[in-house]
Amino acid sequence: MTDIYNRENGQAHPPLLFPAYASTVRRAPSNAPIRIPQTVTETSGPRDDWGELMGGAMADMTRQHKGEPLGQRIIVTGRVLDENEKPVPNTVIEIWQANAAGRYIHARDDWPAPLDPNFTGAGRVVSNGSGHYRYVTVRPGAYPWGNHHNAWRPSHIHLSLLGPAFATRLVTQMYFPDDPLVPLDPIANAVPMPYRDRMVSRFDIDVTEPSFALGYRFDIVLRGRHATPMEA
Amino acid sequence: MDNQSKELFGQTPWQTVGPFFHYGLAWKGGADLTGQSELGARPDLFAPEHYLLRTPKPRGPVEGIGIEIGGRVLDGDGKPVPDAMVEIWQADSGGRYYVPGATFIGFGRSATGNDGAYRFLTILPGRVPGPGNSLQAPHIAVGVMARGLLKRLVTRIYFPDTEGLDTDPILELVPTERRDTLIARREHRPGAGATNQQAGAYQFDIILQGVGETVFFDC
Repeated sequence: MTDIYNRENGQAHPPLLFPAYASTVRRAPSNAPIRIPQTVTETSGPRDDWGELMGGAMADMTRQHKGEPLGQRIIVTGRVLDENEKPVPNTVIEIWQANAAGRYIHARDDWPAPLDPNFTGAGRVVSNGSGHYRYVTVRPGAYPWGNHHNAWRPSHIHLSLLGPAFATRLVTQMYFPDDPLVPLDPIANAVPMPYRDRMVSRFDIDVTEPSFALGYRFDIVLRGRHATPMEA
Repeated sequence: MDNQSKELFGQTPWQTVGPFFHYGLAWKGGADLTGQSELGARPDLFAPEHYLLRTPKPRGPVEGIGIEIGGRVLDGDGKPVPDAMVEIWQADSGGRYYVPGATFIGFGRSATGNDGAYRFLTILPGRVPGPGNSLQAPHIAVGVMARGLLKRLVTRIYFPDTEGLDTDPILELVPTERRDTLIARREHRPGAGATNQQAGAYQFDIILQGVGETVFFDC
């Protein structure tokens, strides 16, 4: 049975055990995963009815409370594509992030940076027919974590995609250009170069809107359908 | 180079969900595939005004044998993983995967509690085709994400004493001595399963590492 979707490209993804990221040491399985054929279980997925499943769009994360959040307003836009550069239409992107001061509205984040009553940091968009998506938020700040002495996570936005099938699931993080913390971050660096750079967005003056927000481009590439030779 | 560099085009790398995903991913009712409760979220981890995710609406009845599946996610020291997210994907009772418009979607999401426990309310899936002319035993596909997991782990839940378990084409690929990690344990509770032999509660622990490590798949 031929695979319908390409397998994960081993080089482009992080290993499960990456000791510089300390939490992997007791959580990464000792056994290698067992390769199985892609059956209908792996090639089907909860496509299309995202609203019914998760709820409607939340494309402007600066308009979810009484006032506007503090911080640098940004627009993030791009396309969801497969490896054959074909658009992946109508797929949900779930978004979550820290506020401009680098603080998450979460009980387990208690470092002394301010919360912003006007910012939650949760969003959701669905790619359109040509795979495009766009959302508005504020640029998240960096935040400290306990992984090693003086450890700081670079500014990042978490993204979660289901894609067309169980096999195409992806959770990733979008980073910002010229952030000096990216080369120091064990989570980003679990992805070897040059692939790490696939997660670094690009500033774009054409996405930037006058007197409104800075613009960044970020394309998300899911596992593509396996190219099969035409049958005779 | 960056995300827009043509010479770098290819699969976007996986990253961990981290510890703070609850207000962004785990919606109320996400773990109840029958649509009858708010199971699945962790609203205790943030202020109520920051819950912006879906509020469940009552749904029509789902056909099939109702079951509950729960267990704990444990690390290599046997400690509970309180910041994991378990996702499931399954066919309906007739062995059909979701098509738009169907009542039963078959996708669920449960954030673990402080004790590492997750729990789903769903129905027993029917059998679906496997490679060639084979038929798979009833199973549920599982994805596990957590802080410290740089990629999703994929496994499957099978059910004891179900048809096709001995000839399942995926189980056959697993060394015999590890197959048990993929088969849920029937919980015998007073009153549970009174109407049907397979109804009731099942337990399925997910052991990330070490003794009894769950079998994970590359699909």
